[in-house]
Amino acid sequence: MIPVEFEYAAPDSLEEAIDALVQGGEDAKLLAGGHSLLPLMKLRLAAPTMLVDLRRVPGLRGVERADGTLRIGAMTRHADLEDEPELGLISHAAGLIADRQVRHRGTIGGSLAHGDPASDLPAVLLACEGSVGVEGSDGTREIPAAELFQDYLTTAVGEGEVMTEVRLPALTDYGFGYRKFTRRAEDWAMVGVCALVKADNGTCEDARVGLTHMSSVPLRATAVEEALRGSALDADSIARAAEAAAEGTGPPGDLNATPEYKRHLARVLTRRALEEAAGLTAA
Amino acid sequence: MSSAEESRTPGTGWVGQAIRRKEDPPLITGQGNYVDDITLPGMLHTAIVRSPEAHATIASIDVTAARDHPSVVEVFTGDDLAREFEQGLAMVWSPPGVEIKTPLNLPLARGEVKHVGQAVAVVVGTDRYATVDAAEDVIVEYDPKPAVVDPEKALEDGSPLVWEDFGTNRTHQWGVAGGDAEAALREAEVTVERRIVNHRTAGAPIEPRSSIADPHGDGLTLYSSTQIPHIARFVLAGMLGMAEDRIRVVAPDVGGGFGSKLQVYGEEALMLALARRLGRPVKWTETRSEHMTTTHHGRDQINYVTLGADREGKVTALKARHVCDLGAYQLLLTPFIPELGFPVMGGCYEIPNIQLEFEGVFTNKFATDAVRGAGRPEATHWIEVMIDQLAAELDLDPAEIRRRNFIPKESFPYETPLGIVYDSGDYHGSLEKLLENFDMDGFRREQAEGRERGVYRGVGLSTYVEVCGLAPSRAVGPQGVGLQSAFWESAVVRVHPRGSATVYTGASPHGQGHDTGFAQIAADRLGIDPANIEVLHGDTDQGPMGWGTYGSRSLAVGGEAVGRAAVKVQEKAKRICAALLEAAPEDIELSDGKFQVRGSPDKAMTMAEIAGAAHIPPQELPTDIEPGLEETDFYDPENFVFPFGAHACVVEVDVETGKVEIVRWVAVDDCGPAINPMLIDGQIHGGVTHGIGQALYEQIVYDDEGQLVTGSFVDYALPTAAEVPMFETDRTETPSPVNRLGVKGVGEAGTIAASPAVVNAVTDALKPLGVTYMNMPLTPMRVWQAIEEARGRDGGGPARTEQGRSLDEHGRGAAGSGPTSPGEGGAA
Repeated sequence: MIPVEFEYAAPDSLEEAIDALVQGGEDAKLLAGGHSLLPLMKLRLAAPTMLVDLRRVPGLRGVERADGTLRIGAMTRHADLEDEPELGLISHAAGLIADRQVRHRGTIGGSLAHGDPASDLPAVLLACEGSVGVEGSDGTREIPAAELFQDYLTTAVGEGEVMTEVRLPALTDYGFGYRKFTRRAEDWAMVGVCALVKADNGTCEDARVGLTHMSSVPLRATAVEEALRGSALDADSIARAAEAAAEGTGPPGDLNATPEYKRHLARVLTRRALEEAAGLTAA
Repeated sequence: MSSAEESRTPGTGWVGQAIRRKEDPPLITGQGNYVDDITLPGMLHTAIVRSPEAHATIASIDVTAARDHPSVVEVFTGDDLAREFEQGLAMVWSPPGVEIKTPLNLPLARGEVKHVGQAVAVVVGTDRYATVDAAEDVIVEYDPKPAVVDPEKALEDGSPLVWEDFGTNRTHQWGVAGGDAEAALREAEVTVERRIVNHRTAGAPIEPRSSIADPHGDGLTLYSSTQIPHIARFVLAGMLGMAEDRIRVVAPDVGGGFGSKLQVYGEEALMLALARRLGRPVKWTETRSEHMTTTHHGRDQINYVTLGADREGKVTALKARHVCDLGAYQLLLTPFIPELGFPVMGGCYEIPNIQLEFEGVFTNKFATDAVRGAGRPEATHWIEVMIDQLAAELDLDPAEIRRRNFIPKESFPYETPLGIVYDSGDYHGSLEKLLENFDMDGFRREQAEGRERGVYRGVGLSTYVEVCGLAPSRAVGPQGVGLQSAFWESAVVRVHPRGSATVYTGASPHGQGHDTGFAQIAADRLGIDPANIEVLHGDTDQGPMGWGTYGSRSLAVGGEAVGRAAVKVQEKAKRICAALLEAAPEDIELSDGKFQVRGSPDKAMTMAEIAGAAHIPPQELPTDIEPGLEETDFYDPENFVFPFGAHACVVEVDVETGKVEIVRWVAVDDCGPAINPMLIDGQIHGGVTHGIGQALYEQIVYDDEGQLVTGSFVDYALPTAAEVPMFETDRTETPSPVNRLGVKGVGEAGTIAASPAVVNAVTDALKPLGVTYMNMPLTPMRVWQAIEEARGRDGGGPARTEQGRSLDEHGRGAAGSGPTSPGEGGAA
């Protein structure tokens, strides 16, 4: 429970943070809420030599609405999002992360940059077809969700880059649901399913389904989406479509769930999340 | 203090009041003093190098690089401390006529390691961070050997051996019987057999272990997070070859134990040896990872149980064989814990024929030992599950089958076929009160309606009796059950010259509330407000020897000793008062907080006035009354006490996912007259939560190679507030004839009661789906698999193999009766 020795910096500007990160090289890590990184360090599973703490960097917190897009500062805490239910899906999903104490420290940028397939927000970003803004010494760039998550704990954010912003289309004409399956309320998702449904007179105009913890990265359940688009938004169609939820997934087995059980859960939770998104059941 | 409490007259009727815990204000405002809070001048820190192998020969240990760290003072291996540790850690059960294989258990391994986490070297340094860094530079080469993890495979011919010198993995066999269970089973109209797995759990207190040894002159002080400071001194003095008066053991504030600190651990002996060798204070504080790996675990038994009954559901015979996974070493009580449940293995029921057999097994895992309930949760679990299984077999209502088998109230004291005497009880009374509070008819209606909507709810009953109040020393001591120890308790009550008081107890609380409850007991006998009574404990230099806190013994043994010492003080106070008021001592009564002459309330003295006279005697006080106002009591009970109660749990099962939610918990417990109902409620809340934890969430898991899989609180899933319901508690009060207070214990009752209620509730919920029985923990996957199997689909996974194992394969033949022949009656 004692980390390996490391250097620590808490710069006052983004430029200084990027400089510190670049100077620190591959063993430097950014510190946001610390609720994933610090336990790994205490268990000596991670041993960065330099921690660059973003807590003093201005302009990384808060939510702006512009042109149908939510621009969420990367250091915005889960609790901040949870406390703004009018943000819709992202607020709902953020409120299901761990417990309130963790949500008071953990940040949306930290969670996405960590790239843990058991975390809830990656599947939300993916289903919303959002993106993240990053800034490095070479300037800024935008990484779409579909390209962000590369492998287990690996994202497309470069070594010398800082994630500054998360961009989510507001999707105000979509219904949404997020179903998270855990043993205990505070646990990581055994499986999670994020669903977005756009209805047009009882017909499904669009459906998006994001899967948490069904692979080493978050996935889209494209077979479900295709099955549902254009069909009636009723319980039968949803149930039929949800049967395809595990197609193309490769869930890792663990102590609590075999891959087979996880595939079963994905089907059940997909149906429930879609029913919730379609307004057939309450959350 | 609330206004209701303020309005009470000091010295009368404090017992029975739900006054708030005296110990809480400092603890909840960060003023507690735990071992890790203690820093002594010149203190050194340690980090322990532990084996990553489950079973291996140590080929070499290279400490050179670690020793070169600038802040490292010294690095020691087991060989370096060979002189310090000629004796290993103690195991204290030596039942007459039974050999228990007990390997030498050294604080640091020499030559071989037998489980993951075994200590092989210790780094001592001036800075804790640096010692942890240096420990990573100790290079240990291991030659791995095959590990044995499954206790039943360990008993098979050809299994790798944990200890080759013993030639077997079987540690011992022990048995006890009364009546003729075999014959009764042959004649029974119905028999039910099950293989019940009671899996391994952890104590998991909030405060991990921590020890500091401080040398002074030729003596040592050990500050340790322990439940048993006096036993620790007794054992460690013997192990280190020191006189007891040269060792002082202090347990300051202790942040929970749940049995896991009812132990004398290698690290405690190691700190003493290092402090003696280096001449400086030395500290070790456990990490949570170390706690999960090398603080003793609990449970881990497989119970093969057969019940015989007639068609009316009257149980005629009970036969049970227990395969008990003890791990690689014998700690203090390791082999005894399964047997500790034997006195109540017939439950609340009048069963004329009982036969019990126990086998201990070595595996390459950490030792099991006491965890909250220690043998009784296991016993209660299987008897309460089996009663429900029998009810299902006979299509009887679970409450009705219990009524038909309960020992009637009139039969107490009741001697079981095993020779155990249950002190007092009213099992029908607690069950009927429970059913009234619960409204079973209402629930059954709601259950039927729910099922039509696809909502699967179930109710589970658990009517338990437990044995606690350890205990009559002669019954459990060397010539009785065979523990090489005693279990009386001590108390000193000292009234100070201005009228406040100090109570010393040999019990050693770590969350129970002795400071409050014991002060209430003394207050009523001394005529002093409990706020003016300080209860001290946990320091072998402060009061007489005692035996610590575990086994729900503190109130029934330690509290009784406090009451008796306080009565002795009261008697002396009456003599002083009588002399000064010119009355006869027998005419002095304690009333409304004053010592007064019976019939003359104006002739009265307060305890403060009497204490003043006791310490600064006036001329009128006869010289044959000794000065001072202090009495000691050593109390050894004549029997155990047997708390009991009835719990009902309602669950809702999501039959699509297998997830179980507890929606209601109703409890009626009987621990005799309440000293403080709030403390009782707290123990029931925590105890039930502990049992829910085992039933649904918690499990220590090793993989086939002996690697610990559940090494953190991420994987070892303790229930949180979100997982437990509000508890509806109630009580009946059936006094025990064993002690003057009439009290029993309650610290483990909730845990003992809880797990079968959960399992029975889930079985009840899933009855329409054809699920008849499942082993704990009832994780979502295991429940889903059971539903799939009942529906004729293959759920796959480990739950299937566990349930599918038949009794015929494993339950017969090899049991043997052990060296204790059946029919001898109780060992106590």
